[in-house]
Amino acid sequence: MNLTLHVWRQTGPDTNGTMERYEARDVSPDMSFLEMLDVVNEGLVEAGQMPIAFDHDCREGICGSCGMMINGVAHGPSKGTATCQLHMRTFEDGASVYIEPWRSRAFPVIKDLVVNRGALDRIIAAGGFISAQTGGAQDANNIPVAKQDSDDAMDAAACIGCGACVAACPNGSASLFTAAKISHLGALPQGQPERNRRAQRMVLQMDSEGFGHCTLYGECQEACPKEISIDTIARMNRDFVGSTVAAREEKALGGTG
Amino acid sequence: MELRSKIPSGPLEKKWDKHRFEMKLVNPANKRKHTVIVVGSGLAGGAAAATLSELGYNVKCFCFQDSPRRAHSIAAQGGINAAKNYQNDGDSIFRLFYDTIKGGDFRAREGNVYRLAQTSVNIIDQCVAQGVPFAREYGGLLANRSFGGAQVSRTFYARGQTGQQLLLGAYQALEKEVSKGGVTMYPRTEMLDVVIVNGRARGIVVRDMVSGAIETHLADAVILGTGGYGNVFFLSTNAKGSNATAIWRAYKRGAAFANPCFTQIHPTCIPVAGEHQSKLTLMSESLRNDGRVWVPKRKEDCAKAPNAIPEADRDYYLERKYPSFGNLSPRDIASRAAKEVCDEGRGVGPGGRGVYLDFGDAIKRVGVDKIAERYGNLFEMYQRITDENPYEVPMRIYPAVHYTMGGLWVDYNLMSTIPGLHVTGEANFSDHGANRLGASALMQGLADGYFIVPLTIGDYIGSTKLEPVAADHPDVQATEAAVRDRVNKLLAVKGTRTVTSFHRELGRTMWEYCGMARSAEGLRKALEIIPKLRDEFWRDVRIPGTGAELNQSLEHAGRVADFFELAELMCLDALHREESCGGHFRVEHQTPDGEALRDDEHFTYVAAWEFAGEGKPPVLNKEPLVFENVALSQRSYK
Amino acid sequence: MNSLVAFYRSTIGKKILMAVSGLIGIGFVILHMAGNLQVFIGQNKINSYGAMLHGPLAEVTWLLRLVLIVAVIVHVLMAYQLTQRSAAARPIDYQHRSPQVSTLASRTMKWGGILLLVFIVVHILHFTTEAIDPAGWRGMTDSQGHRDVYGNIVASFRIWWVALFYIVAMLALGLHLYHGAWASVRTLGFAKPSPHPLHRRIALVVAAIVWLGFTLVPVGVIAGIIR
Repeated sequence: MNLTLHVWRQTGPDTNGTMERYEARDVSPDMSFLEMLDVVNEGLVEAGQMPIAFDHDCREGICGSCGMMINGVAHGPSKGTATCQLHMRTFEDGASVYIEPWRSRAFPVIKDLVVNRGALDRIIAAGGFISAQTGGAQDANNIPVAKQDSDDAMDAAACIGCGACVAACPNGSASLFTAAKISHLGALPQGQPERNRRAQRMVLQMDSEGFGHCTLYGECQEACPKEISIDTIARMNRDFVGSTVAAREEKALGGTG
Repeated sequence: MELRSKIPSGPLEKKWDKHRFEMKLVNPANKRKHTVIVVGSGLAGGAAAATLSELGYNVKCFCFQDSPRRAHSIAAQGGINAAKNYQNDGDSIFRLFYDTIKGGDFRAREGNVYRLAQTSVNIIDQCVAQGVPFAREYGGLLANRSFGGAQVSRTFYARGQTGQQLLLGAYQALEKEVSKGGVTMYPRTEMLDVVIVNGRARGIVVRDMVSGAIETHLADAVILGTGGYGNVFFLSTNAKGSNATAIWRAYKRGAAFANPCFTQIHPTCIPVAGEHQSKLTLMSESLRNDGRVWVPKRKEDCAKAPNAIPEADRDYYLERKYPSFGNLSPRDIASRAAKEVCDEGRGVGPGGRGVYLDFGDAIKRVGVDKIAERYGNLFEMYQRITDENPYEVPMRIYPAVHYTMGGLWVDYNLMSTIPGLHVTGEANFSDHGANRLGASALMQGLADGYFIVPLTIGDYIGSTKLEPVAADHPDVQATEAAVRDRVNKLLAVKGTRTVTSFHRELGRTMWEYCGMARSAEGLRKALEIIPKLRDEFWRDVRIPGTGAELNQSLEHAGRVADFFELAELMCLDALHREESCGGHFRVEHQTPDGEALRDDEHFTYVAAWEFAGEGKPPVLNKEPLVFENVALSQRSYK
Repeated sequence: MNSLVAFYRSTIGKKILMAVSGLIGIGFVILHMAGNLQVFIGQNKINSYGAMLHGPLAEVTWLLRLVLIVAVIVHVLMAYQLTQRSAAARPIDYQHRSPQVSTLASRTMKWGGILLLVFIVVHILHFTTEAIDPAGWRGMTDSQGHRDVYGNIVASFRIWWVALFYIVAMLALGLHLYHGAWASVRTLGFAKPSPHPLHRRIALVVAAIVWLGFTLVPVGVIAGIIR
């Protein structure tokens, strides 16, 4: 099959980009989307041009490196699929494909389709952890966890941090990403001591990175390669309200707030 | 070169305790004054960086990905072993130790492996405390499964994403330390050399992959947790970015490289679909619990639709050859058996390189719902990639390169032959011998990262007088200049062939001659082909763009240049090891019925290769392996 | 930072303020709709209902008005601030973009909201202060001496563009509630986990009832049921 690609090309962080047109010839339907780009890139290099830069690593949908807007849809048309697991058989022969980087103020473009997602790491650093110093743990079976809680935690913990939720959200919100981590740790007994502090700090960090707010469009859930539910956002909001109440109480009692 | 393994004396179960007591400590108030560099942010690197920072050291952590959470540990599916004996099925530290030594075909050190088994129990405790959502029973206790042919249930798992969850645990601990200021994280930064001053590792030279700037970072000790080198084969289950550059640069600065030819081929991967293939996808080994492996008895049937081949014309070759283990035979054995039937011309699918993994009987036995519950995700993934429905048509699978047991030689302290340079996880050679058992890689990465190297680094720093090193020290300057020269040399070639085309060709050569079955003749041939191809690479590679920008071709070229040299060493090692053991199968050394034939008399040693200078053959050093607690036996799975 | 200030400045805090003020609004429109439907009983009924609100219940009415005014101000202010924020969150937009699951209702919250704001002002000027008087009914009273709300309704909705304006505004209200009634409950975190979190049956019912209840009045006038 043959395709016409329209790809965002931008040489560096401080330059303006444009959409460029490329022809992808003799594409096999068994190729992954990234393999199709590999072939286009081989052709570009042979022609002495810079290949299209894009992030990718594991190519099995778990590392979260890859991600691009394909025909206006984050990670392209297949549901529950990262770009690397998208296959060309989902496209029609002769189709035009528009490829753009994730767009968000918090994800500045570095080059072509490569963006800086460091904001997501900073949200985790703000509180997306359980402070358990190495060596201090008790026997693992001393903390029984109800199977349902454990399953809920795992559902949320499946997040691969690709940023598709932000890219797909009309508001550019990182709510699903942040809520997934708050829900993962908040569902477990081990996560309770830091629950308030975690919600407070992660939400404020999310806001300070310049992400938008959540209108519950539902686009994030649809774009998520791990199909994480917007139910997590309800949980985040509960925890955030709870953390505000707790902070008032602490203050009233003369704590450090 | 002297190889001192520094295994503590005394009984096996007391060695680590004794060593911990004998190790030097660093005064808590002084730790902040010491900088430790950690390269790699996977289980072995990320866990070490987080723990060292918790202890009070000043840590700098580097990874080439855009975030430490993307390290390839994340892709591990199956699980992590630990000798918890929660199932009361007779497991013990000694049994895990024994299984690992035996699984590695008696080519690993007793002392290291025993410590690994001891530490395994702490790992599970630590990970649960961090919030890793391991699978649980309804009673709230941890669930286990048996894995990779083990006869006890000691594998802990988090759905099919155990590696991801363990890595996120380490990553979150790392980010916690970043927020406290103990760790400085350098993402999108690639290590290109190690700085040696007065014979000690004192820093690294890196390239900022966004700006292209080449910089030196100095420290008191360096840890490499940079993973394995399976991408030397081009097609492997490794992430596209996984590379050997860090350990290869260290090798060329004097670190011995141990058992480079020990590579693991995983039997259940999705076969190559065509020329465009960029990587291979692993299907969890757990599929072999219910799937039956077969090929047609006759070559003529291979092109037929599988469901049109009657039962009588199918050869369930694993069940036929290994009646007691059958479809659950260990990885190396199942892989080789698949290659054999395909070599006989009985393979199926594109290029005849595939065998069927058939769930027809299992679906008849337990029903389609049960199978969907057990393997739904995997079936979905398979269908997404191949467009075939495994509920109706048997899956096609073929072995693929998965893990490299070889790596930089380290002593009991995980220190290489360069003082101050420590190596953890897949990047070292220490624990898996000639074959790694399923669910043991995660265990080793975390044992090294959380529990071993943070202590042995203290011993090194506490017992070594480390004079300050200035950035303008001539050795530092020389190393940085060498890195610049190499980058410029690559850019200056301006040839006609793409980096990928060279990598693909190297990989094909390695897979052909240094893959699942190796012969002296084939290895000699590879040793002729590879240097020629390498010369062509340096003459004709085309890298567009400059060094002062994000340049993925340049990154790839640097890694492939190192793979060429490493490939040669792998072939040399494979040629010299005149025996078959674990993942290393020499066709000249097999039993009459085609099983691996070890030569314990001549090869019970670690082959540690030493760089002797450009253009000179590497020097082979041998560390004899002494077995005081287990008896060497032939592995049999019949 | 004071935790309440932090709460107010956060996107979630602002969304919660929007949700609470929105729910107050929903409560009000349901009451208002129920009041309106008395028009079907007759002139007397609705005119005396109006007289009761302005007579014996005047204090309660003013209290409710106060709450509503605050709610509307908060709702509009938060909407404005959050819209600014989301515009800033994506300075360069996609050249191609195809929404997958977001509803028309959710995507029209901003413009629908602006239309509703205009409508509320016009509506108050029309029926409450009678400053806008398309039917020439200002100051009219019925036989009881009550202000003739009924007559104003009938006369106004007989003018086609007045009826059309109301019907369009009520469609906007229905859409606004279809998303808002559902989203505000979720924003407040009351949602139960669901395998289909985007389903919203209760919101659909609320939106449909409110839309229908308000739309029946002009339609009833046009159809000649209310005369």
